[in-house]
Amino acid sequence: MFVTVSSKRLRREFVKKVKELSGQNLQLCYQCGMCTGNCPAAANMDVSPRRIIELARLGLEEDIANSKTVWICASCLACTVNCPRGFDLSRVMEAIRLLTLRKNIDHVRPEDIPPQERCELPQIAMVSGLRKFTG
Amino acid sequence: MSLAYYPGCTLKTKARNLEEPAVASMEALGFKLDELPRWNCCGAVYSLAEDDLIHQVAPVRNLIRAKEQGKDELVTLCAFCFNTLKRANLLMKEDAEKRNTINSFMNEEVDYSGEVKAVHLLEVLRDDIGWEALSQKVKLPLRELKAAPYYGCTLLRPREIAIDSVEDPAILREFLKALGASPVDFPESTRCCGSYQVVSSPDAIAEYARPIFNSALSHGAEAMILTCPLCDYNLGRGQKELIEKQSGFREMPIFYFTQLLALALGLGPQVCHFELNHGSPESFLKEKNLLSQVESVQPIGG
Repeated sequence: MFVTVSSKRLRREFVKKVKELSGQNLQLCYQCGMCTGNCPAAANMDVSPRRIIELARLGLEEDIANSKTVWICASCLACTVNCPRGFDLSRVMEAIRLLTLRKNIDHVRPEDIPPQERCELPQIAMVSGLRKFTG
Repeated sequence: MSLAYYPGCTLKTKARNLEEPAVASMEALGFKLDELPRWNCCGAVYSLAEDDLIHQVAPVRNLIRAKEQGKDELVTLCAFCFNTLKRANLLMKEDAEKRNTINSFMNEEVDYSGEVKAVHLLEVLRDDIGWEALSQKVKLPLRELKAAPYYGCTLLRPREIAIDSVEDPAILREFLKALGASPVDFPESTRCCGSYQVVSSPDAIAEYARPIFNSALSHGAEAMILTCPLCDYNLGRGQKELIEKQSGFREMPIFYFTQLLALALGLGPQVCHFELNHGSPESFLKEKNLLSQVESVQPIGG
């Protein structure tokens, strides 16, 4: 994949917002891939957790928006506890989700969850799922 | 001895089989789990965004309720609630700016700065009672029960709130040993069950469960024991699907740690609500002669 990196992109509002919301220094990451190696959902992701960091710091907002990765992340924090740089990727995933959710674009519509599922799912599933997938 | 106790929403409905054996067992050991008055939902997940302080209000309110009771410790049972309450407490303790904002927002409440320690019941068993003292109270040792301790995520991650070693946790292993069971360590014991992904991608849950069960089975486990109602739901649902679509996938009964505690203390199956478990754990327990009820236990606490 070829990408054009420009100083204009690096100054994008998106990069600034991800840093602000996550509280993470995106430059800490040295792309070792421990996050991807430890992620139990990486096989289902179209963009690996490691690459999400790289795309975010290069301001490649569109590539991130077109990927399903942040919606597959279950915030299990396997990446966080295994990162040799002390970088908390779970907070970056959350920041990227929120940038979409705060535009009133929900990932899950509660009314689309079948009534039987709504009855069966434990409350902590419903509350946490709607917290992560709706604005 | 009375302990301030936060149950959380799921324990009052879907996971009564986690709560009721815990309350009965602790009573038998001489500890009253004293439910916090006016508790509210903790929010289930900890907010990970720097500017999202409104979602810290719910867990902090519960901690304030405990402070008002004059308690310096709040006992939890649900692994999700434990995680959310302990992380919110850490934030209130360590981040002065956010603490001030949250305290000012809740101006009807007393100021809070992380005075109440959020603990999990397993920590009470390990640190306040001790494995040796617990093992002496066991009336019905769970001999021959080869149980795989499954931790999931929220008791151990992030590192700053972990109840045990993040890499090599021992607390459930030691708990099982105290009850006379044979713990079966397996490498996937801290692998995520899929968590809230069950809401958006229910069809993916079986594939989260597969490596966890495969790993436990291949290490010789006959049963899985866990602490979290969402792990219980996802692993139970995932296992059922795996059995349906894959002949030869053997059913492994799943228990809450509190159910095994109640059985070992001789409290009998009535308090365990096995009807809320996945599959048919009672026939398994019957085979193992673990369903008897014995005379009362001599309490430990004053």
